[in-house]
Amino acid sequence: MKEKASVSLKKAVTVFSLILPGIFVVLPVLLLVTGSVMDHYELKGYLTSVFMDGTEFIGWKLIPDYPSFENYGKLLFMTPQFFVLFWNSVKMVLCILAGQLLVGVPAAWAFAVYKVRAGKFLFAFYVVLMLLPFQVTMLSSYLVLNRLSLLNTQRAVILPAVFSTFPVFLTYGGFRSIPEQLFEAARVDGAREWYIFFRMGLPLGKSGILSAVVLGFLEYWNMMEQPMAFIDDKALWPLSLYLPEIVWGQAGYAFCASVITLIPAAFVFVMGQDYLEQGIVYSGLKE
Amino acid sequence: MHRRKSRRSINHLNRKNLSRKKLGAFLSFMAPSLLGVTVFVLLPFGDVVKRSFTTAVTGQFTGMANYGTIFQNQAFLIAVRNTLKFTLVCIPLLVLIGFCIAWPLSKLKEAGLIKSVYLFPLAMPTATIVMVWKMVFYKQGFLNLFLSRLGELTGMWGEIHTDYLGTEAAFWVLVGSYIWKNTGYTVVLWLAGIIGIPTGQLEAARVDGAGGFQRLWYIVLPNLKGSLYTIVILSFLNSFKIYREAYLVAGAYPHKSIYLLQHLFNNWFVNLEFDKMAAAAVCTGGFLLVVILLLQRVWDKE
Repeated sequence: MKEKASVSLKKAVTVFSLILPGIFVVLPVLLLVTGSVMDHYELKGYLTSVFMDGTEFIGWKLIPDYPSFENYGKLLFMTPQFFVLFWNSVKMVLCILAGQLLVGVPAAWAFAVYKVRAGKFLFAFYVVLMLLPFQVTMLSSYLVLNRLSLLNTQRAVILPAVFSTFPVFLTYGGFRSIPEQLFEAARVDGAREWYIFFRMGLPLGKSGILSAVVLGFLEYWNMMEQPMAFIDDKALWPLSLYLPEIVWGQAGYAFCASVITLIPAAFVFVMGQDYLEQGIVYSGLKE
Repeated sequence: MHRRKSRRSINHLNRKNLSRKKLGAFLSFMAPSLLGVTVFVLLPFGDVVKRSFTTAVTGQFTGMANYGTIFQNQAFLIAVRNTLKFTLVCIPLLVLIGFCIAWPLSKLKEAGLIKSVYLFPLAMPTATIVMVWKMVFYKQGFLNLFLSRLGELTGMWGEIHTDYLGTEAAFWVLVGSYIWKNTGYTVVLWLAGIIGIPTGQLEAARVDGAGGFQRLWYIVLPNLKGSLYTIVILSFLNSFKIYREAYLVAGAYPHKSIYLLQHLFNNWFVNLEFDKMAAAAVCTGGFLLVVILLLQRVWDKE
Protein backbone atom coordinates (compact mmCIF):
# COMPACT_ATOMS: atom_id res chain seq x y z
CA MET A 1 0.00 0.00 0.00
CA LYS A 2 2.74 2.38 1.00
CA GLU A 3 4.70 1.50 -2.07
CA LYS A 4 1.73 2.29 -4.25
CA ALA A 5 1.40 5.72 -2.69
CA SER A 6 5.05 6.48 -3.29
CA VAL A 7 4.72 5.40 -6.90
CA SER A 8 1.79 7.70 -7.50
CA LEU A 9 3.59 10.53 -5.70
CA LYS A 10 6.56 10.01 -7.96
CA LYS A 11 4.27 10.12 -10.93
CA ALA A 12 2.65 13.33 -9.76
CA VAL A 13 6.08 14.92 -9.39
CA THR A 14 7.00 13.82 -12.90
CA VAL A 15 3.81 15.21 -14.40
CA PHE A 16 4.22 18.44 -12.52
CA SER A 17 7.83 18.96 -13.50
CA LEU A 18 6.99 18.21 -17.11
CA ILE A 19 4.12 20.66 -17.18
CA LEU A 20 6.01 23.42 -15.39
CA PRO A 21 8.01 24.60 -18.43
CA GLY A 22 4.67 24.82 -20.18
CA ILE A 23 4.29 28.21 -18.48
CA PHE A 24 6.78 29.57 -20.97
CA VAL A 25 4.47 28.48 -23.72
CA VAL A 26 1.22 29.66 -22.22
CA LEU A 27 2.43 33.02 -20.90
CA PRO A 28 3.36 34.59 -24.26
CA VAL A 29 -0.05 33.70 -25.65
CA LEU A 30 -1.72 35.13 -22.57
CA LEU A 31 0.27 38.36 -22.92
CA LEU A 32 -0.77 38.74 -26.53
CA VAL A 33 -4.42 38.07 -25.87
CA THR A 34 -4.70 40.42 -22.88
CA GLY A 35 -2.78 43.11 -24.71
CA SER A 36 -5.16 42.88 -27.62
CA VAL A 37 -8.25 43.57 -25.53
CA MET A 38 -6.79 46.45 -23.57
CA ASP A 39 -7.92 49.99 -23.87
CA HIS A 40 -5.46 52.15 -25.79
CA TYR A 41 -4.60 54.39 -22.79
CA GLU A 42 -4.10 51.54 -20.39
CA LEU A 43 -1.74 49.82 -22.81
CA LYS A 44 0.20 53.01 -23.30
CA GLY A 45 0.55 53.39 -19.57
CA TYR A 46 2.12 49.97 -19.23
CA LEU A 47 4.42 50.14 -22.20
CA THR A 48 5.62 53.73 -22.30
CA SER A 49 8.54 53.34 -19.95
CA VAL A 50 9.78 50.30 -21.85
CA PHE A 51 9.81 51.75 -25.30
CA MET A 52 10.57 55.35 -24.43
CA ASP A 53 13.61 54.32 -22.39
CA GLY A 54 12.14 55.32 -19.07
CA THR A 55 13.31 54.10 -15.69
CA GLU A 56 10.10 52.43 -14.57
CA PHE A 57 9.67 48.73 -15.11
CA ILE A 58 7.04 47.35 -17.38
CA GLY A 59 3.69 46.72 -15.73
CA TRP A 60 0.92 44.38 -16.75
CA LYS A 61 -2.44 43.08 -15.76
CA LEU A 62 -3.74 39.76 -16.91
CA ILE A 63 -7.25 41.10 -16.55
CA PRO A 64 -7.30 44.58 -18.05
CA ASP A 65 -8.87 47.43 -16.04
CA TYR A 66 -10.55 48.76 -19.15
CA PRO A 67 -11.20 45.85 -21.45
CA SER A 68 -12.21 46.93 -24.93
CA PHE A 69 -12.34 45.65 -28.43
CA GLU A 70 -11.64 49.04 -29.93
CA ASN A 71 -8.32 47.93 -31.41
CA TYR A 72 -9.87 44.91 -33.08
CA GLY A 73 -12.59 47.15 -34.43
CA LYS A 74 -10.14 49.64 -35.85
CA LEU A 75 -7.90 46.97 -37.30
CA LEU A 76 -10.68 44.98 -38.91
CA PHE A 77 -12.91 47.76 -40.14
CA MET A 78 -10.68 50.76 -40.66
CA THR A 79 -7.42 49.29 -41.89
CA PRO A 80 -7.99 47.91 -45.38
CA GLN A 81 -4.26 47.32 -45.70
CA PHE A 82 -4.49 44.63 -43.06
CA PHE A 83 -7.07 42.71 -45.06
CA VAL A 84 -5.00 42.90 -48.21
CA LEU A 85 -2.01 41.43 -46.44
CA PHE A 86 -4.07 38.79 -44.69
CA TRP A 87 -5.43 37.59 -48.02
CA ASN A 88 -1.97 37.78 -49.54
CA SER A 89 -0.82 35.34 -46.90
CA VAL A 90 -3.78 33.04 -47.42
CA LYS A 91 -3.40 33.10 -51.17
CA MET A 92 0.32 32.42 -51.17
CA VAL A 93 0.10 29.61 -48.64
CA LEU A 94 -2.76 27.90 -50.49
CA CYS A 95 -1.02 28.19 -53.86
CA ILE A 96 2.21 26.81 -52.44
CA LEU A 97 0.49 23.88 -50.75
CA ALA A 98 -1.58 23.03 -53.82
CA GLY A 99 1.50 23.18 -56.02
CA GLN A 100 3.53 21.08 -53.62
CA LEU A 101 0.84 18.40 -53.64
CA LEU A 102 0.61 18.35 -57.43
CA VAL A 103 4.35 18.10 -57.90
CA GLY A 104 5.62 16.47 -54.74
CA VAL A 105 3.16 13.65 -54.15
CA PRO A 106 3.78 11.89 -57.49
CA ALA A 107 7.51 12.32 -56.97
CA ALA A 108 7.31 10.77 -53.51
CA TRP A 109 5.29 7.93 -55.00
CA ALA A 110 7.95 7.34 -57.62
CA PHE A 111 10.68 7.15 -54.98
CA ALA A 112 8.68 4.89 -52.70
CA VAL A 113 7.33 2.39 -55.21
CA TYR A 114 9.65 2.12 -58.21
CA LYS A 115 13.05 1.21 -56.94
CA VAL A 116 15.19 1.97 -59.94
CA ARG A 117 18.91 2.36 -59.50
CA ALA A 118 18.96 6.05 -60.45
CA GLY A 119 16.24 6.66 -57.86
CA LYS A 120 18.54 6.04 -54.95
CA PHE A 121 21.05 8.69 -55.96
CA LEU A 122 18.33 11.11 -56.88
CA PHE A 123 16.73 10.62 -53.50
CA ALA A 124 19.97 11.34 -51.69
CA PHE A 125 20.24 14.48 -53.78
CA TYR A 126 16.71 15.52 -52.81
CA VAL A 127 17.53 15.05 -49.14
CA VAL A 128 20.55 17.32 -49.45
CA LEU A 129 18.42 19.96 -51.19
CA MET A 130 15.90 19.74 -48.39
CA LEU A 131 18.62 20.43 -45.87
CA LEU A 132 20.11 23.48 -47.59
CA PRO A 133 19.06 26.69 -45.84
CA PHE A 134 17.42 29.47 -47.81
CA GLN A 135 20.50 31.68 -47.71
CA VAL A 136 22.58 29.20 -49.70
CA THR A 137 20.06 29.03 -52.53
CA MET A 138 19.02 32.67 -52.29
CA LEU A 139 21.28 33.93 -55.05
CA SER A 140 20.45 31.08 -57.39
CA SER A 141 16.73 31.64 -56.84
CA TYR A 142 17.21 35.32 -57.51
CA LEU A 143 19.04 34.64 -60.76
CA VAL A 144 16.37 32.33 -62.12
CA LEU A 145 13.49 34.54 -60.96
CA ASN A 146 15.16 37.50 -62.59
CA ARG A 147 15.58 35.64 -65.87
CA LEU A 148 11.92 34.57 -65.84
CA SER A 149 11.01 38.17 -64.88
CA LEU A 150 9.04 37.01 -61.88
CA LEU A 151 10.72 39.29 -59.34
CA ASN A 152 8.41 41.50 -57.33
CA THR A 153 5.43 39.24 -57.99
CA GLN A 154 3.94 36.71 -55.61
CA ARG A 155 4.93 33.96 -58.00
CA ALA A 156 8.54 34.68 -57.07
CA VAL A 157 7.77 33.28 -53.64
CA ILE A 158 5.30 30.60 -54.73
CA LEU A 159 7.16 28.85 -57.53
CA PRO A 160 10.44 28.00 -55.78
CA ALA A 161 8.47 26.80 -52.77
CA VAL A 162 6.35 24.51 -54.95
CA PHE A 163 9.48 22.62 -55.94
CA SER A 164 10.81 22.31 -52.42
CA THR A 165 11.88 18.74 -51.71
CA PHE A 166 10.77 18.69 -48.08
CA PRO A 167 7.14 17.65 -48.79
CA VAL A 168 8.47 14.95 -51.11
CA PHE A 169 10.41 13.52 -48.21
CA LEU A 170 7.45 13.63 -45.80
CA THR A 171 5.00 12.10 -48.26
CA TYR A 172 7.56 9.44 -49.09
CA GLY A 173 7.47 8.39 -45.45
CA GLY A 174 3.71 7.85 -45.70
CA PHE A 175 3.94 5.80 -48.90
CA ARG A 176 6.71 3.65 -47.51
CA SER A 177 4.48 2.50 -44.68
CA ILE A 178 2.11 0.74 -47.13
CA PRO A 179 2.93 -2.95 -47.60
CA GLU A 180 4.21 -3.50 -51.13
CA GLN A 181 2.36 -6.77 -51.61
CA LEU A 182 -0.82 -4.75 -52.05
CA PHE A 183 0.48 -3.12 -55.21
CA GLU A 184 1.84 -6.41 -56.49
CA ALA A 185 -1.54 -7.99 -56.08
CA ALA A 186 -3.20 -5.14 -57.95
CA ARG A 187 -0.67 -5.45 -60.78
CA VAL A 188 -1.35 -9.14 -61.10
CA ASP A 189 -5.00 -8.28 -61.44
CA GLY A 190 -4.06 -6.07 -64.35
CA ALA A 191 -4.29 -2.63 -62.72
CA ARG A 192 -2.40 0.18 -64.45
CA GLU A 193 0.18 2.23 -62.57
CA TRP A 194 -1.91 5.42 -62.54
CA TYR A 195 -4.87 3.49 -61.28
CA ILE A 196 -2.79 2.06 -58.44
CA PHE A 197 -1.51 5.52 -57.57
CA PHE A 198 -4.94 7.15 -57.43
CA ARG A 199 -6.97 4.31 -56.01
CA MET A 200 -4.52 2.79 -53.57
CA GLY A 201 -1.57 5.11 -53.08
CA LEU A 202 -3.45 8.31 -52.33
CA PRO A 203 -5.96 6.88 -49.82
CA LEU A 204 -3.42 4.69 -48.05
CA GLY A 205 -0.67 7.33 -48.03
CA LYS A 206 -3.03 9.95 -46.66
CA SER A 207 -1.19 10.43 -43.39
CA GLY A 208 2.04 11.33 -45.17
CA ILE A 209 0.29 13.76 -47.48
CA LEU A 210 -1.60 15.46 -44.68
CA SER A 211 1.50 15.78 -42.54
CA ALA A 212 3.21 17.52 -45.44
CA VAL A 213 0.24 19.89 -45.62
CA VAL A 214 0.24 20.66 -41.90
CA LEU A 215 3.99 21.20 -41.63
CA GLY A 216 3.90 23.17 -44.87
CA PHE A 217 1.14 25.44 -43.65
CA LEU A 218 2.96 26.27 -40.43
CA GLU A 219 6.18 26.90 -42.33
CA TYR A 220 4.76 29.14 -45.06
CA TRP A 221 2.36 31.03 -42.83
CA ASN A 222 5.51 32.07 -41.01
CA MET A 223 7.52 32.74 -44.18
CA MET A 224 9.74 35.81 -44.05
CA GLU A 225 13.07 35.44 -45.83
CA GLN A 226 11.65 34.75 -49.28
CA PRO A 227 9.15 37.61 -49.59
CA MET A 228 11.63 39.97 -47.97
CA ALA A 229 14.20 39.18 -50.63
CA PHE A 230 12.03 38.84 -53.72
CA ILE A 231 9.04 41.16 -53.24
CA ASP A 232 9.63 44.92 -53.00
CA ASP A 233 6.03 46.03 -53.31
CA LYS A 234 4.62 46.13 -49.80
CA ALA A 235 1.08 45.64 -51.08
CA LEU A 236 2.10 42.13 -52.13
CA TRP A 237 3.65 41.18 -48.79
CA PRO A 238 2.34 38.47 -46.51
CA LEU A 239 1.09 39.26 -43.04
CA SER A 240 4.23 37.92 -41.38
CA LEU A 241 6.22 40.86 -42.74
CA TYR A 242 3.61 43.45 -41.85
CA LEU A 243 3.62 42.88 -38.10
CA PRO A 244 7.17 44.08 -37.47
CA GLU A 245 6.36 47.26 -39.43
CA ILE A 246 3.86 48.42 -36.84
CA VAL A 247 5.46 51.10 -34.69
CA TRP A 248 5.23 51.10 -30.94
CA GLY A 249 2.85 54.04 -30.88
CA GLN A 250 0.31 51.62 -32.28
CA ALA A 251 1.03 48.78 -29.91
CA GLY A 252 -2.69 48.05 -29.64
CA TYR A 253 -2.80 47.25 -33.34
CA ALA A 254 0.28 45.11 -33.04
CA PHE A 255 -1.32 42.97 -30.35
CA CYS A 256 -4.53 42.50 -32.32
CA ALA A 257 -2.68 41.76 -35.54
CA SER A 258 -0.51 39.23 -33.69
CA VAL A 259 -3.54 37.46 -32.30
CA ILE A 260 -5.26 37.38 -35.69
CA THR A 261 -2.11 36.02 -37.32
CA LEU A 262 -1.88 33.39 -34.66
CA ILE A 263 -5.45 32.15 -35.07
CA PRO A 264 -5.11 30.25 -38.38
CA ALA A 265 -1.84 28.69 -37.24
CA ALA A 266 -3.35 27.67 -33.92
CA PHE A 267 -6.38 26.26 -35.72
CA VAL A 268 -4.24 24.12 -38.01
CA PHE A 269 -2.18 23.04 -35.03
CA VAL A 270 -5.21 21.90 -33.05
CA MET A 271 -6.87 20.17 -35.99
CA GLY A 272 -3.74 18.57 -37.35
CA GLN A 273 -1.63 17.81 -34.34
CA ASP A 274 -1.60 14.09 -35.04
CA TYR A 275 -0.40 14.73 -38.58
CA LEU A 276 2.12 17.24 -37.33
CA GLU A 277 3.61 14.60 -35.06
CA GLN A 278 3.42 12.02 -37.79
CA GLY A 279 5.16 14.44 -40.13
CA ILE A 280 7.95 15.07 -37.65
CA VAL A 281 8.45 11.33 -37.35
CA TYR A 282 8.51 10.97 -41.14
CA SER A 283 10.98 13.82 -41.41
CA GLY A 284 13.28 11.78 -39.21
CA LEU A 285 13.05 8.61 -41.26
CA LYS A 286 16.39 7.34 -42.34
CA GLU A 287 16.51 5.86 -45.80
CA MET B 1 9.77 -6.24 -57.59
CA HIS B 2 9.40 -9.68 -59.03
CA ARG B 3 6.87 -12.06 -57.84
CA ARG B 4 8.30 -14.75 -55.67
CA LYS B 5 6.53 -17.50 -57.54
CA SER B 6 8.10 -16.57 -60.87
CA ARG B 7 8.13 -19.72 -62.93
CA ARG B 8 10.32 -20.74 -65.78
CA SER B 9 8.16 -18.72 -68.12
CA ILE B 10 9.68 -15.42 -67.04
CA ASN B 11 12.72 -15.37 -69.21
CA HIS B 12 15.49 -12.88 -69.51
CA LEU B 13 13.73 -10.76 -72.13
CA ASN B 14 10.62 -10.46 -70.08
CA ARG B 15 12.53 -9.32 -67.06
CA LYS B 16 14.32 -6.63 -69.03
CA ASN B 17 10.97 -5.47 -70.30
CA LEU B 18 9.68 -5.26 -66.76
CA SER B 19 12.52 -3.10 -65.49
CA ARG B 20 12.18 -0.80 -68.47
CA LYS B 21 8.51 -0.43 -67.66
CA LYS B 22 9.43 0.37 -64.09
CA LEU B 23 11.85 3.05 -65.19
CA GLY B 24 9.19 4.52 -67.43
CA ALA B 25 6.69 4.74 -64.60
CA PHE B 26 9.32 6.19 -62.28
CA LEU B 27 10.20 8.90 -64.74
CA SER B 28 6.63 9.85 -65.55
CA PHE B 29 5.78 10.30 -61.86
CA MET B 30 9.02 12.17 -61.22
CA ALA B 31 8.89 14.42 -64.28
CA PRO B 32 7.18 17.54 -62.88
CA SER B 33 9.28 17.61 -59.74
CA LEU B 34 12.50 16.85 -61.56
CA LEU B 35 11.83 19.54 -64.13
CA GLY B 36 11.09 22.13 -61.45
CA VAL B 37 14.12 21.25 -59.38
CA THR B 38 16.33 21.44 -62.45
CA VAL B 39 14.98 24.83 -63.51
CA PHE B 40 14.73 26.42 -60.08
CA VAL B 41 17.66 24.91 -58.22
CA LEU B 42 20.11 22.90 -60.27
CA LEU B 43 20.75 25.17 -63.27
CA PRO B 44 20.83 28.42 -61.27
CA PHE B 45 23.16 26.88 -58.72
CA GLY B 46 25.47 25.97 -61.58
CA ASP B 47 25.34 29.62 -62.54
CA VAL B 48 26.22 30.60 -58.97
CA VAL B 49 29.24 28.30 -59.02
CA LYS B 50 30.34 29.95 -62.27
CA ARG B 51 29.80 33.41 -60.82
CA SER B 52 31.89 32.59 -57.80
CA PHE B 53 34.88 32.61 -60.14
CA THR B 54 34.04 35.88 -61.90
CA THR B 55 33.69 39.55 -61.00
CA ALA B 56 30.26 40.87 -60.05
CA VAL B 57 29.83 43.58 -62.67
CA THR B 58 31.87 42.70 -65.73
CA GLY B 59 31.77 38.94 -65.34
CA GLN B 60 35.48 38.53 -65.98
CA PHE B 61 37.15 35.36 -64.83
CA THR B 62 39.09 35.99 -61.64
CA GLY B 63 39.95 32.51 -60.48
CA MET B 64 39.84 32.11 -56.72
CA ALA B 65 39.88 35.86 -56.03
CA ASN B 66 36.34 35.95 -54.61
CA TYR B 67 37.12 33.14 -52.24
CA GLY B 68 40.23 34.98 -51.13
CA THR B 69 38.18 38.11 -50.53
CA ILE B 70 35.56 36.51 -48.35
CA PHE B 71 38.09 34.73 -46.18
CA GLN B 72 39.73 38.07 -45.47
CA ASN B 73 36.41 39.80 -44.95
CA GLN B 74 35.99 40.70 -41.29
CA ALA B 75 32.19 40.47 -41.42
CA PHE B 76 32.34 37.02 -42.98
CA LEU B 77 34.70 35.71 -40.35
CA ILE B 78 32.60 37.08 -37.51
CA ALA B 79 29.43 35.68 -39.06
CA VAL B 80 30.96 32.24 -39.56
CA ARG B 81 32.23 32.20 -36.00
CA ASN B 82 28.88 33.25 -34.55
CA THR B 83 26.94 30.77 -36.65
CA LEU B 84 29.25 27.92 -35.68
CA LYS B 85 29.14 28.94 -32.03
CA PHE B 86 25.38 29.11 -32.17
CA THR B 87 25.01 25.63 -33.62
CA LEU B 88 27.62 24.13 -31.33
CA VAL B 89 25.87 25.55 -28.26
CA CYS B 90 22.30 24.92 -29.35
CA ILE B 91 22.30 21.47 -30.82
CA PRO B 92 23.79 19.54 -27.88
CA LEU B 93 21.60 21.55 -25.53
CA LEU B 94 18.46 20.86 -27.53
CA VAL B 95 19.25 17.17 -27.94
CA LEU B 96 19.81 16.82 -24.21
CA ILE B 97 16.77 18.82 -23.09
CA GLY B 98 14.62 16.97 -25.59
CA PHE B 99 15.73 13.63 -24.21
CA CYS B 100 15.27 14.68 -20.59
CA ILE B 101 11.65 15.49 -21.41
CA ALA B 102 10.96 12.60 -23.77
CA TRP B 103 12.26 9.85 -21.49
CA PRO B 104 9.92 10.42 -18.53
CA LEU B 105 7.16 11.35 -20.96
CA SER B 106 7.42 7.99 -22.70
CA LYS B 107 6.32 6.25 -19.50
CA LEU B 108 3.30 8.46 -18.91
CA LYS B 109 -0.20 7.79 -20.11
CA GLU B 110 -1.08 11.51 -20.09
CA ALA B 111 1.67 12.28 -22.60
CA GLY B 112 -0.70 13.76 -25.17
CA LEU B 113 -1.47 17.07 -23.52
CA ILE B 114 2.08 17.67 -22.35
CA LYS B 115 3.35 16.99 -25.84
CA SER B 116 0.91 19.55 -27.26
CA VAL B 117 2.20 22.15 -24.86
CA TYR B 118 5.78 21.64 -26.01
CA LEU B 119 4.82 21.52 -29.67
CA PHE B 120 2.76 24.67 -29.72
CA PRO B 121 5.64 27.14 -30.12
CA LEU B 122 6.35 25.46 -33.44
CA ALA B 123 3.00 26.71 -34.66
CA MET B 124 3.43 30.27 -33.43
CA PRO B 125 4.44 32.62 -36.23
CA THR B 126 7.70 34.36 -35.42
CA ALA B 127 6.23 37.78 -36.11
CA THR B 128 3.62 37.34 -33.41
CA ILE B 129 6.10 36.30 -30.80
CA VAL B 130 8.58 39.09 -31.44
CA MET B 131 6.30 41.50 -29.65
CA VAL B 132 6.48 39.34 -26.54
CA TRP B 133 10.24 38.93 -26.82
CA LYS B 134 10.67 42.68 -26.83
CA MET B 135 8.49 43.07 -23.76
CA VAL B 136 10.51 40.44 -21.96
CA PHE B 137 14.05 41.39 -22.95
CA TYR B 138 14.01 45.17 -23.19
CA LYS B 139 15.88 47.09 -20.53
CA GLN B 140 12.71 47.72 -18.54
CA GLY B 141 11.12 44.44 -19.51
CA PHE B 142 9.69 41.50 -17.64
CA LEU B 143 12.94 39.61 -17.18
CA ASN B 144 14.65 42.52 -15.45
CA LEU B 145 11.52 43.18 -13.44
CA PHE B 146 11.48 39.59 -12.30
CA LEU B 147 15.19 39.52 -11.48
CA SER B 148 15.01 42.82 -9.61
CA ARG B 149 12.10 41.65 -7.51
CA LEU B 150 13.95 38.44 -6.79
CA GLY B 151 16.96 40.46 -5.68
CA GLU B 152 14.78 42.67 -3.50
CA LEU B 153 13.18 39.64 -1.92
CA THR B 154 16.41 37.83 -1.12
CA GLY B 155 18.39 40.98 -0.48
CA MET B 156 21.21 39.64 -2.66
CA TRP B 157 21.25 42.28 -5.38
CA GLY B 158 19.58 45.52 -6.39
CA GLU B 159 17.69 46.51 -9.50
CA ILE B 160 18.91 45.07 -12.74
CA HIS B 161 18.87 47.03 -15.97
CA THR B 162 20.65 44.82 -18.46
CA ASP B 163 19.82 45.52 -22.06
CA TYR B 164 19.61 41.94 -23.30
CA LEU B 165 19.24 42.73 -26.97
CA GLY B 166 22.02 45.27 -27.34
CA THR B 167 24.83 43.43 -25.56
CA GLU B 168 26.57 40.07 -25.55
CA ALA B 169 23.50 38.66 -23.84
CA ALA B 170 21.68 38.82 -27.18
CA PHE B 171 23.37 35.56 -28.15
CA TRP B 172 21.75 33.80 -25.21
CA VAL B 173 18.38 35.32 -25.99
CA LEU B 174 18.64 33.69 -29.40
CA VAL B 175 19.72 30.40 -27.88
CA GLY B 176 16.74 30.55 -25.56
CA SER B 177 14.23 31.25 -28.29
CA TYR B 178 15.68 28.49 -30.45
CA ILE B 179 15.27 25.99 -27.61
CA TRP B 180 11.81 27.34 -26.87
CA LYS B 181 10.72 26.84 -30.44
CA ASN B 182 12.29 23.46 -31.20
CA THR B 183 11.99 21.43 -28.00
CA GLY B 184 8.65 19.95 -29.08
CA TYR B 185 10.03 18.80 -32.42
CA THR B 186 12.92 17.05 -30.71
CA VAL B 187 10.72 15.48 -28.06
CA VAL B 188 8.49 13.93 -30.73
CA LEU B 189 11.49 12.53 -32.56
CA TRP B 190 12.97 11.07 -29.37
CA LEU B 191 9.60 9.57 -28.44
CA ALA B 192 9.34 7.89 -31.82
CA GLY B 193 12.78 6.41 -31.25
CA ILE B 194 12.00 5.26 -27.72
CA ILE B 195 8.80 3.55 -28.82
CA GLY B 196 10.83 1.66 -31.43
CA ILE B 197 13.03 -0.02 -28.82
CA PRO B 198 12.22 -3.72 -28.62
CA THR B 199 10.47 -4.24 -25.27
CA GLY B 200 11.81 -7.77 -25.06
CA GLN B 201 15.34 -6.50 -24.51
CA LEU B 202 14.22 -4.19 -21.73
CA GLU B 203 12.24 -6.95 -20.05
CA ALA B 204 15.13 -9.37 -20.25
CA ALA B 205 17.44 -6.81 -18.67
CA ARG B 206 14.94 -6.17 -15.91
CA VAL B 207 14.69 -9.88 -15.21
CA ASP B 208 18.48 -10.08 -15.08
CA GLY B 209 18.39 -7.43 -12.39
CA ALA B 210 19.59 -4.38 -14.30
CA GLY B 211 18.63 -1.12 -12.57
CA GLY B 212 16.87 1.80 -14.22
CA PHE B 213 20.08 3.63 -14.99
CA GLN B 214 21.80 0.52 -16.32
CA ARG B 215 18.89 -0.20 -18.63
CA LEU B 216 19.03 3.38 -19.89
CA TRP B 217 22.77 3.26 -20.52
CA TYR B 218 23.18 -0.22 -21.99
CA ILE B 219 19.91 -0.77 -23.83
CA VAL B 220 18.00 2.44 -24.46
CA LEU B 221 20.81 4.72 -25.55
CA PRO B 222 22.51 2.30 -27.96
CA ASN B 223 19.13 1.68 -29.57
CA LEU B 224 18.63 5.39 -30.15
CA LYS B 225 21.69 6.10 -32.27
CA GLY B 226 19.60 6.30 -35.43
CA SER B 227 17.29 8.84 -33.81
CA LEU B 228 20.26 10.87 -32.67
CA TYR B 229 21.48 11.20 -36.25
CA THR B 230 18.16 12.48 -37.53
CA ILE B 231 17.66 14.79 -34.57
CA VAL B 232 21.06 16.36 -35.05
CA ILE B 233 20.47 16.84 -38.77
CA LEU B 234 17.00 18.31 -38.36
CA SER B 235 18.04 20.57 -35.48
CA PHE B 236 20.84 21.79 -37.67
CA LEU B 237 18.39 22.53 -40.46
CA ASN B 238 16.06 24.36 -38.11
CA SER B 239 18.88 26.35 -36.56
CA PHE B 240 19.15 28.45 -39.72
CA LYS B 241 15.62 29.69 -39.21
CA ILE B 242 16.63 31.55 -36.05
CA TYR B 243 17.46 34.37 -38.42
CA ARG B 244 13.80 35.34 -38.38
CA GLU B 245 13.86 36.04 -34.67
CA ALA B 246 17.23 37.74 -34.84
CA TYR B 247 16.16 39.97 -37.69
CA LEU B 248 12.83 40.92 -36.21
CA VAL B 249 14.18 41.68 -32.78
CA ALA B 250 17.39 43.43 -33.75
CA GLY B 251 17.20 44.37 -37.45
CA ALA B 252 19.69 43.92 -40.29
CA TYR B 253 22.70 45.07 -38.24
CA PRO B 254 22.29 43.60 -34.75
CA HIS B 255 24.80 43.42 -31.94
CA LYS B 256 28.07 41.85 -33.04
CA SER B 257 27.46 38.73 -30.97
CA ILE B 258 24.43 37.71 -33.04
CA TYR B 259 25.59 38.78 -36.46
CA LEU B 260 24.99 35.49 -38.28
CA LEU B 261 25.82 34.25 -41.75
CA GLN B 262 22.18 34.79 -42.63
CA HIS B 263 22.50 38.52 -41.87
CA LEU B 264 25.58 38.72 -44.00
CA PHE B 265 23.98 36.98 -46.97
CA ASN B 266 21.02 39.29 -46.70
CA ASN B 267 23.16 42.41 -46.54
CA TRP B 268 25.28 41.30 -49.46
CA PHE B 269 22.10 40.63 -51.37
CA VAL B 270 20.72 44.09 -50.64
CA ASN B 271 24.02 45.67 -51.72
CA LEU B 272 24.16 43.50 -54.86
CA GLU B 273 27.55 42.05 -53.94
CA PHE B 274 26.86 38.89 -55.89
CA ASP B 275 30.47 37.84 -56.34
CA LYS B 276 31.04 37.47 -52.61
CA MET B 277 27.62 35.96 -52.17
CA ALA B 278 28.28 33.31 -54.79
CA ALA B 279 31.60 32.32 -53.25
CA ALA B 280 30.06 32.21 -49.77
CA ALA B 281 27.07 30.18 -50.99
CA VAL B 282 29.38 27.63 -52.58
CA CYS B 283 31.48 27.40 -49.41
CA THR B 284 28.50 27.11 -47.08
CA GLY B 285 26.73 24.59 -49.31
CA GLY B 286 29.90 22.54 -49.65
CA PHE B 287 30.53 22.63 -45.92
CA LEU B 288 26.99 21.50 -45.11
CA LEU B 289 27.26 18.68 -47.65
CA VAL B 290 30.47 17.44 -46.08
CA VAL B 291 28.98 17.59 -42.56
CA ILE B 292 25.87 15.68 -43.62
CA LEU B 293 27.85 12.99 -45.44
CA LEU B 294 30.29 12.62 -42.56
CA LEU B 295 27.52 12.25 -40.01
CA GLN B 296 25.83 9.69 -42.20
CA ARG B 297 29.09 7.78 -42.58
CA VAL B 298 29.73 7.70 -38.87
CA TRP B 299 26.26 6.50 -38.05
CA ASP B 300 26.10 3.94 -40.84
CA LYS B 301 29.24 2.32 -39.50
CA GLU B 302 27.68 1.71 -36.11
